[in-house]
Amino acid sequence: MVETFLFVLLIFMIVGSIVAIETKNMLSSVISCGIVGSALSVAFLILGAPDIAITQVVVEILILVILIRATITIDNTQIEAHWDTFAVVSSLIFFGLFLVFAFLAVQELPPFGQPLLKVSKEYLQTGLQKTGAANIVTSIILDFRGYDTLGEATVLFVSILGSFVLLRRRGRKRRTEADTEKVGILSEEEIREDYGDLRE
Amino acid sequence: MILYFLTLVLFVMGVYCLIAKKNIIKKIIGLTITDYAINLFIIIIGYRAKGIAPIMFKDMTVQELAEYGVDPLPQALVLTSIVIGLGVLSLMTAICLRLYEKYKTFDMGEINRLKG
Amino acid sequence: MKPELVSSESPKGMTPVVKTVTRFAMGIVFMFGWYIILYGHLTPGGGFAGGTILACGYVLLTLAFGKEVALGKMSDRWASIIDNSAAFLFVATGLVGIAFGYFFLNFPPHGEPFDLVSAGVIPWYNIIIGLKVTSSLFAIFLALSIFGRFVSKLVEEAEEEE
Repeated sequence: MVETFLFVLLIFMIVGSIVAIETKNMLSSVISCGIVGSALSVAFLILGAPDIAITQVVVEILILVILIRATITIDNTQIEAHWDTFAVVSSLIFFGLFLVFAFLAVQELPPFGQPLLKVSKEYLQTGLQKTGAANIVTSIILDFRGYDTLGEATVLFVSILGSFVLLRRRGRKRRTEADTEKVGILSEEEIREDYGDLRE
Repeated sequence: MILYFLTLVLFVMGVYCLIAKKNIIKKIIGLTITDYAINLFIIIIGYRAKGIAPIMFKDMTVQELAEYGVDPLPQALVLTSIVIGLGVLSLMTAICLRLYEKYKTFDMGEINRLKG
Repeated sequence: MKPELVSSESPKGMTPVVKTVTRFAMGIVFMFGWYIILYGHLTPGGGFAGGTILACGYVLLTLAFGKEVALGKMSDRWASIIDNSAAFLFVATGLVGIAFGYFFLNFPPHGEPFDLVSAGVIPWYNIIIGLKVTSSLFAIFLALSIFGRFVSKLVEEAEEEE
């Protein structure tokens, strides 16, 4: 039952990604990407992972908002396809070979529904007793494998730092005393001043 | 078996979009689809037939959870990976905005030509 | 917060329909986000999911009422302050564990299972991560949408002048 439903969902996701990749209109492309993500969230839900389903559906909304608000509204011109024949043909040959070997390789994996569970049986058996948290996933990401979460926080921090460094041209101005009362973002004039050398 | 294979097909389509498309936003979308496919693959490997979510309730013993619960370790890894994917996407979007500011187009071929 | 900014007649932002619905929905969104964060060790959810929900709430404010209202709730400077201090607190709590044994030790008493205050340090980590994810995602959105928009506007003006 779960397998059939997942099969249908995966076909839906593949069709959605074909639309997202091949359509000319950028807005419908971004929205098709959102459809793939929402179907992924449903797939997580029926696979017994409600934590990830919640996270995925919310992250998907943020991805849509970022892509539409930051890029599509700036420039929505449709880029004419000038085929790079070498890239397309070589990638198609490579992906054909990749799929053949992938088909051979997935025969070796444990069949669907029978995981190995060598490490994580320990977590399931002793998670509640060792950490006191009823949600075993939370107990893993915050107690057993806290280093993962530390690294994750670092990556998020660095990505924000990178975004700010890339988008601010000259960094923050040194503020005078009159400016210290003003909480918040730079005013339009100040940003205009900061981005002034754009016209040169 | 067929589910693993379909997930890999989704992965391949994302990589194809990453290589063959000229629009930078399309490349970002391709990377996002690749991300989804890998996350789904990891979760499918940890699924157990007739499994329940790895969350204890009051009227449930530890033995029941260990017998029926799905694998919690891939879920923890994927939970981290999703948020990292969002961070990477925002960084890529920032780079795209800077490229647009410099070359005034999102077209990769155009940018290569302007670069000389 | 000036009341005229959040009124439906304010020219900034979207239509009055969106503003009215947003005004009703905002409380529910924030309550749900904090519920997901605080009950993360008992029910599905946790810091990541709840923090993203809260960030979506701020994004909704920005889109519906314009950026002044959202910046009045959380400015970009406060977002970076919260982000940095949450990262610092996360490492500091891990370092406190060294005093009791090793890094990232769950040192407080675990308490009764299935209580709200239980599981030692895990709810505290959830709150920290929720704050961090909220502030950082909202800061990213601000940087991309507001700074990015000025870039595009200036590019257009420069093209017009030419």
